[in-house]
Amino acid sequence: MSIYLDHAATTPMREEVLDAMLPYLTEHFGNASSPHAAGRRARQGLDEAREGIAAILGAKPREIVFTGGGSEADNLAIKGAAWAASARGRHIITSGVEHKAVLHACAIMERSGFAVTYLRVDRYGQVDPAQVEAAIGEHTSLVSIMYANNEVGTIQPIAEIGAICRRRGVLFHTDAIQAGGFLPLDVDNLGVDLLSLSAHKLYGPKGVGALFVRQGTALLPQMQGGAQERQRRAGTENVAGIVGFARALELAQGDPAARDAENARLAAIRDRLLAALRDLAGVETTGHPVQRLPHSASWLIEGMEGGDLVAALDLDGVEGSTGSACTSGSAEPSHVLLAMGIEPARAHGALRLTAGRGTTPDDADQAGQILRSAIERMRHPAAAPTRTVASA
Amino acid sequence: MARIVAAMSGGVDSSVAAALLARDAAATGDEVIGVWMRLHPDGGEGYEQSRSCCSPDAHDDARRVAQLVGIPFFALNLERSFEERVIDAFADGYLAGATPNPCQACNQYIKFDELLRRGLAAYGADQVATGHYARVQQRDGSYRLLRAADANKDQTYFLWVLDQGQLARTRFPLGELTKPEVRGIATNLHLPTADKPESQEICFVPAGDYRDLLAERRGYLGEPGPIVDAGGEQIGTHTGYAHYTVGQRHGLGVALGEPVFVREVRPASNTVVVGRRDEIAARQFTVEGRRFVAGEPPAERFVASVRIRHRGAEAPCEVTLVGEDRLLVETSEPVWAPAPGQAAVLYYGEECLGGGRIARAT
Repeated sequence: MSIYLDHAATTPMREEVLDAMLPYLTEHFGNASSPHAAGRRARQGLDEAREGIAAILGAKPREIVFTGGGSEADNLAIKGAAWAASARGRHIITSGVEHKAVLHACAIMERSGFAVTYLRVDRYGQVDPAQVEAAIGEHTSLVSIMYANNEVGTIQPIAEIGAICRRRGVLFHTDAIQAGGFLPLDVDNLGVDLLSLSAHKLYGPKGVGALFVRQGTALLPQMQGGAQERQRRAGTENVAGIVGFARALELAQGDPAARDAENARLAAIRDRLLAALRDLAGVETTGHPVQRLPHSASWLIEGMEGGDLVAALDLDGVEGSTGSACTSGSAEPSHVLLAMGIEPARAHGALRLTAGRGTTPDDADQAGQILRSAIERMRHPAAAPTRTVASA
Repeated sequence: MARIVAAMSGGVDSSVAAALLARDAAATGDEVIGVWMRLHPDGGEGYEQSRSCCSPDAHDDARRVAQLVGIPFFALNLERSFEERVIDAFADGYLAGATPNPCQACNQYIKFDELLRRGLAAYGADQVATGHYARVQQRDGSYRLLRAADANKDQTYFLWVLDQGQLARTRFPLGELTKPEVRGIATNLHLPTADKPESQEICFVPAGDYRDLLAERRGYLGEPGPIVDAGGEQIGTHTGYAHYTVGQRHGLGVALGEPVFVREVRPASNTVVVGRRDEIAARQFTVEGRRFVAGEPPAERFVASVRIRHRGAEAPCEVTLVGEDRLLVETSEPVWAPAPGQAAVLYYGEECLGGGRIARAT
């Protein structure tokens, strides 16, 4: 069996999540908008799920809008809020390390005449809150900064930025899709008006996301149709998926002490992975040394094409990533690494391994060895034909 | 037991090659890894118009075939090398008044060099397999390149550049098959590529017109110049020397009462020389950059047959080594329009001996 170390790409769905979903895929099949018993049963599942998710965010149920995934939540946040606030101004502030869902939504807004400021980050990928403050002008309507980065795991100072935005009266969105399973999500502590989540990053089903929209925040819907989600997102609700999402989030975040214990366990595994390459020449870790997601190890490996290394690891029984499953096969080096000031030639050698609930310390040690021998083999192809392969 | 990288283009030939290797793998103990090479950009995402529209489709087809035959599948990015070694070299060939050979350059530098090296390093692979119609035979410790069993499909014209080290690591699973047999296998296996049409044109010149490419990559827009006959008399005007290639008949806009063809392209004076059919055939020509599959020439002077274009007729000839890297090729019958830059590939019976590039007449 392979060792799966790509939990930032997606996670296996938990049994408990599947159990919660199954009745809504079978007997409770009703349309939540139907007035009859079948519809009412589905509606109850939907309402309870919304309450559960709202509780974890410290939000009101009506502030949760379900979407068809994280990218849709980001798009709805950026386009929906920017258009609705366009009377105030047409200026958006974001950073160079955001997910493409945010960056490409901003690019579309630029085509529609909005100005977008892409903040620089430091070499760890962190945004400086002072720069956010400095970039806010009288026409700024929206700031969007991610909670934690998907490629290098760096955590942003969201609460600080949130306080600045609140003081300056500017809407603040955070893409919390990677952070959702690990970091506190209380929207008041974070000071956010909009927050995106995705279910499949935290052991829930794919194709389900949510956007927290603070009460009073105007939003121009991006999907027209029925009156679902208080007219903010048309389309028959994916009740089973939403129920699964709520169960997954409750399992991940319902007990903060358990969450923190799992984070500590994952951090120890991550540190073993990082330690495995520490003495290897031409290898450096990327992302913030401390302010980083507990499960995420990432490197730049000199003289290597990250995609080749991922393929090599796969054949040897370790499933990893160059940094983003959404851009694999692309010739362009990661925009995140480039924004962090890494030159393109070096950025090609990116590798990310992300642990999860099923990962053991032994997996990390084995994966570390396989990774070492793959790097050495690829650096000296003729000399070292031996391969270390995941056992059992 | 070998670990084989199967180069998969998304066409029917490489699909069947991979399928045959995968089928035999259970018996041979070989491991087969499907690899699709990204050679040029697909034109970006969303509603941006894709310029080489075939590319994402080709990737999807190759991936689907890999799923069906049950092998792992990776995309390997070779854009940078392809741009430099194949596309730019193609443009520079035309600017030098020659007729470049991009498929051969792709084999020499991309498929049987970088793919082999990176496949070895990354996947621990020992061999590379392609869907070419050709055969490799090992005899007395050396490797011979033989024509394909299907004479119509034989692709050794593009493979003569391979050396012993490359042939030792190369597999051509289609070498003994005919094209109809290959299509039959694809159909029986329900491969989605079974009915795909043959690709004829150069993959990075989708419409078959390379003039845009010269303009884009080298800023060459073409400047009108004289079309002259063998005597040097101007009989017409051309749009720029690099738009013409030796043996070309169409697009000249001159009439001598009988068909005329491009005989020579002179970059320095921006002149295109034309001639009548019998004037552009030759009985002897010089070849440069000679290479022999065996590593050594058979003799100082030897008998062979020569082919100067893919699927062109083959002419019996005598070959003489000249200096360090040239060959003098003398044919028993005139051959049609030897074009500088094109490969002259030498055969002896079934065996492809090697060859070189046709040199400019001096």
